[in-house]
Amino acid sequence: MEVLLGITGKDFTLIAASKAAMRGATVLKAADDKTRSLNKHTLMAFSGEAGDTIQFAEYIQANAQLYSMRNGIDLSPSAVANFVRGELASSLRSRKPYNVNLLLGGVDPITLKPSLYWLDYLASLAPLPYAAHGYAQYYCLSILDKHHHPDIDYEQGLKILRMCTDELKRRLPIDFKGMLVKVITKDGIKEVEYNDDARVACP
Amino acid sequence: MSRRYDSRTTIFSPEGRLYQVEYALEAISHAGTALGILAKDGIVLAAERKVTSKLLEQDTSAEKLYILNDNMICAVAGMTADANILINYARQAAQKYLLTYNEDIPCEQLVRRLCDLKQGYTQHGGLRPFGVSFIYAGYDPQRQFQLYQSNPSGNYGGWKATSVGANNASAQSLLKQDYKEDCDLKEACGMAVKVLSKTMDSTKLSSEKIEFATVGKTKDGRIYHHLWGADEITTLLKEHDLARDETGADGDRVTS
Repeated sequence: MEVLLGITGKDFTLIAASKAAMRGATVLKAADDKTRSLNKHTLMAFSGEAGDTIQFAEYIQANAQLYSMRNGIDLSPSAVANFVRGELASSLRSRKPYNVNLLLGGVDPITLKPSLYWLDYLASLAPLPYAAHGYAQYYCLSILDKHHHPDIDYEQGLKILRMCTDELKRRLPIDFKGMLVKVITKDGIKEVEYNDDARVACP
Repeated sequence: MSRRYDSRTTIFSPEGRLYQVEYALEAISHAGTALGILAKDGIVLAAERKVTSKLLEQDTSAEKLYILNDNMICAVAGMTADANILINYARQAAQKYLLTYNEDIPCEQLVRRLCDLKQGYTQHGGLRPFGVSFIYAGYDPQRQFQLYQSNPSGNYGGWKATSVGANNASAQSLLKQDYKEDCDLKEACGMAVKVLSKTMDSTKLSSEKIEFATVGKTKDGRIYHHLWGADEITTLLKEHDLARDETGADGDRVTS
């Protein structure tokens, strides 16, 4: 019951991930960070098999940073997304494929356009205005369909995110310990103070 | 005495020189001239084609200008056979990058890939270095239009206007004299033919003797590269009064 959410707006991309690290039905940790920053303006959130996720994410992170070091420029979010897709595709056809699902959010450093990419362990890649992974898809996509607009500002983005997390709290049978939220703008990646202590009543 | 250090590419001479690399540079300075000029809205590459015999089939395809990638072309001076190897390598590298990142390779990265290969032959022994210098013209979103030059030692650099091959010293000084910081592509093309006409043996040019190519931006912002056809070259030459008379004999040197 891991939750990954991504929302783009006119000059930002929001990425949110649930804070619970679980093994079976047990919550091991309530302040887990399921994201890695790949460079100054690209953030990756991941869910899936426990060991695979971090191994794969840090492998990608290392490669993105190696590229920046070698070439003096960062990879653009779209280049990272296509690189990750390639890695997942070759992993899928190996003896032991990674079982990782990803959201990749970023702001292009040249065009300053925000972007969001949805990738799964079968190496599908889709650039989307908003996206979710796992059970969150069932609850959030309808909300996002209704309320999202390509040129929403940051406050509106947070408001929509709040509607999504409230709905998840209302409907998911297991507590996912709230969300860790990060925002990517042209100035870089920042963690967003996101208060989700409030109880949401179920109808 | 120097013979002792000539035969191996990878051995320094007592003066600290690599003779094979210098010989390769020497070989290039006898090849047909090639030059490149960076304008604010594009780049022009021009090259002298050495016509060896009347009987030789006048190949319609370019022999000194090549397309490396969607965003890049290059001009060659030196051994064409060696150049083919490097161009093939560059094209593969560019396509590999496109496959991995779904983006065109940044110009400097492609130049560096080639130069890494060239450098290898100045260090790993037994083989001679590549006898080619390149002028690269390309575009990427980060650094816009770019002009590079590389030589057999594996060194490369970015330029506003540069030349390689025979008479490159005089071509270079002509470019230095005439280059205007904010010239457009059309002016750059004019400058290219003028410089070429002064460095080549015959003053009146024809489309058989030179090759021409441009990289630029279309009105809708797409990048194009274009190897010029014979008729386009002739039109340009006529415009600058450098075309050979249809009646035959070369005219007087134009000094303008």
